[in-house]
Amino acid sequence: MDVLALSRLQFAVTTMFHFIFVPLTLGLSVLTAWFETGYVRTGDETYLRMAKFWGKLFLINFALGVVTGITQEFQFGMNWAEYSRYVGDIFGAPLAIEATAAFFLESVFIGLWIFGWNKISKTTHAIAIWLVAIGTNLSALWILLANGWMQRPVGFILRNGRAEMNDFMAVVTNPYGWFKFLHTVTSGYMVAAFFVMGIAAWHLLRKNEVDFFTRSFKTAAMFGLLSGLAVGVTGDFHAVEIAKVQPTKFAAMESVWETGRRVPMHLLLVPDEANERNGVETLSIPAMVSMLAFHDPDAEIRGLKSFPKDERPPVLPVFLSFRLMVGLGTLMIGLCLLAVIMPRWKHFVNFKLFLGVMVAALPLPYLAVQLGWLVAELGRQPWVVYGVLKTASGVSSSVSVVQVAGSLLGFTLLYGLLGAIDIFLLVKYAKKGPDNDTTGMIPVKEVA
Amino acid sequence: MELQITWFILWAVLWAAYFILDGFVLGTGFLSSMLAKNDTEKRLLLNAVGPVWDGNEVWLLTAGGATFAAFPTTYALMFSYLYTALLLLLFSLIVRGVSFEFRGKMEGQAWKQGWDRAITISSFLPALLFGVAFGNIFAGLPMDAAGYHGGLLSLLNPYGILTGLLFVCLFAVHGALYTAVKTVGELSGRAFRLAKLLWMPLLLVAVIFLGATAYATKLYDNYLAAPVLFLVPGVAVLALIMVQAYMIANKPLRAFAASCITILFVVFTGVTGLFPNMIPSSLDPAYSLTIYNSSSSQYTLTIMTVVALIFVPIVILYKIWVYRIFRAPVTVQDLTENREAY
Repeated sequence: MDVLALSRLQFAVTTMFHFIFVPLTLGLSVLTAWFETGYVRTGDETYLRMAKFWGKLFLINFALGVVTGITQEFQFGMNWAEYSRYVGDIFGAPLAIEATAAFFLESVFIGLWIFGWNKISKTTHAIAIWLVAIGTNLSALWILLANGWMQRPVGFILRNGRAEMNDFMAVVTNPYGWFKFLHTVTSGYMVAAFFVMGIAAWHLLRKNEVDFFTRSFKTAAMFGLLSGLAVGVTGDFHAVEIAKVQPTKFAAMESVWETGRRVPMHLLLVPDEANERNGVETLSIPAMVSMLAFHDPDAEIRGLKSFPKDERPPVLPVFLSFRLMVGLGTLMIGLCLLAVIMPRWKHFVNFKLFLGVMVAALPLPYLAVQLGWLVAELGRQPWVVYGVLKTASGVSSSVSVVQVAGSLLGFTLLYGLLGAIDIFLLVKYAKKGPDNDTTGMIPVKEVA
Repeated sequence: MELQITWFILWAVLWAAYFILDGFVLGTGFLSSMLAKNDTEKRLLLNAVGPVWDGNEVWLLTAGGATFAAFPTTYALMFSYLYTALLLLLFSLIVRGVSFEFRGKMEGQAWKQGWDRAITISSFLPALLFGVAFGNIFAGLPMDAAGYHGGLLSLLNPYGILTGLLFVCLFAVHGALYTAVKTVGELSGRAFRLAKLLWMPLLLVAVIFLGATAYATKLYDNYLAAPVLFLVPGVAVLALIMVQAYMIANKPLRAFAASCITILFVVFTGVTGLFPNMIPSSLDPAYSLTIYNSSSSQYTLTIMTVVALIFVPIVILYKIWVYRIFRAPVTVQDLTENREAY
């Protein structure tokens, strides 16, 4: 493999690993804040125990999310120096703003939250975790505005041999970035919802702390259903935006080769990239792809064959990832609906099959968000900045194969080790359940 | 004032803020095995930095982000040329952060000893590597039209290692003083004595560094052109002497403050000499990266100035507020009262 292939692989490995921890951080910070707010409002100690238990898991997860985020900022310069030089004038801004306006917020107030239990009033303590939640979500906004710019570059001109920003507001209001942000954070909320429901269901199957885990489950189910619907709606708008501004990605997502109107969706489809057609096309819904793309059955869809071969993304992985993501999303919304309804019945904790399914469903949203990123990033190829700069032109020219192979190996080993330890600790603390020794709980200081 | 100059100063301030704030965390980290005699003392050290280390590390990301946004060419070349050194730095910072969080999550001697070792190494390496990196930037990197002609080994030249040693000594005294201020009793006393002990080597390294800089770099050119600038290293040396004066007077908090000023002015000493270069070329000045040939457009610099003027003061305000909440030294009582403590 050459420097380009290795650098791409390293970016994929480090970014996908980073995104194992980020979505849970996005959602579990909100849920933990919600539970602690419940405690502040009602004084109910179960809420406090919920904030502490889920907060503990949040922290174990958060640790890896933070440290692997440093890699993200460094490797643009390390591995993608030509990219950084070419677009830094415009791409650097959202990254710098993310550090100043969002990352500080979450990092400073997470310290206050962890170490402030006996030092600040309970209201201030709850505000601290809300600020962490706001910080992580704002952080996602700036990162996704940066990514949105790579997908749909706006607000710049090519001048002095590089892309220079000439309209900051266009970058900040880029609809592509906003759809991506809304779609991504709500899918992060789903990860957190299934995480809480899965662990709660595991304990309910064993009749541990039934009240504690039933309440956790109910809150997470409602959170999951609402965010699941939001994921669907924002996904739909996002797809329209993609069809409009990234026709090659859209065509690959649906594996459309020929340009035409009233393009049908084939429920069973096997792309045949070598022959520029689909091997199998059956179970068709008429005009459905046109409908999805432009909310208009008569809309014209540009097929992949209307683009030069060297401007098409790899069709099979994009197509499969998209299909699987949508399928999983639909399944999960269904599960959330059940999860909202089921606990209303008596003997809910005896529905062993359902609880077992919810335990097994815990990894599903993790899989779905990774697939979503594969669609987003593979679907943009061969461009690193869509229509402006090819990925191959962005790689560092001064870095050698040995260096990148070494760093890729290093990242794989280090991340593998740390990931294993993190999951081990998550499982340990998830199984241990909440502290039930309430006498040992130190309530937060009351305001004098 | 030209925006490039504004951003050059801000760039220096961000690095200085990072070195001051993470410097004591790194110093405390790599001295922790030496300072702590048992697990409780080790925990006291970790909990002394616990509430603030994460927020302090963000100054590095802000410095990196500011380099990217304001001087993209410098960002691109600095990070790709120093690839292997930065990779080691990155691995260290990753391991350090995780060690802080995970050490207390399980009982067992092997588990804790493993993380203790990780903390020592992953705190020492960044201190050394930042010094080596900045030493090489002060001296210039071998770059010309064909690109970069160095590697990890070429960074480990005598001046690079000397600067690395300077950073290690600076952060060691800084961290020991922080520990002296933020703990009580025997541990605090031990840290204070260690700071006193380390001050002499620090002074020695600093003097050698100031001398070697005349031979290994062109930093003094700016000073000779405008001798009033010698005030900058002058303040650095004075602050370093004040560290010792306050230690003799048994005032650890003031000694720590003097140590902060020392680090600030050490950074300023370097960048004053660099100006207007960001990374000089050691082969041909025509290929040096300056604040002019590597900066963003005026438009981007203007936007970023507005952003910095709004957010940096807000960040400083809430950081001061949080530091005030945790101003009291960490005691054994804190460890038992708060179950979430490290």
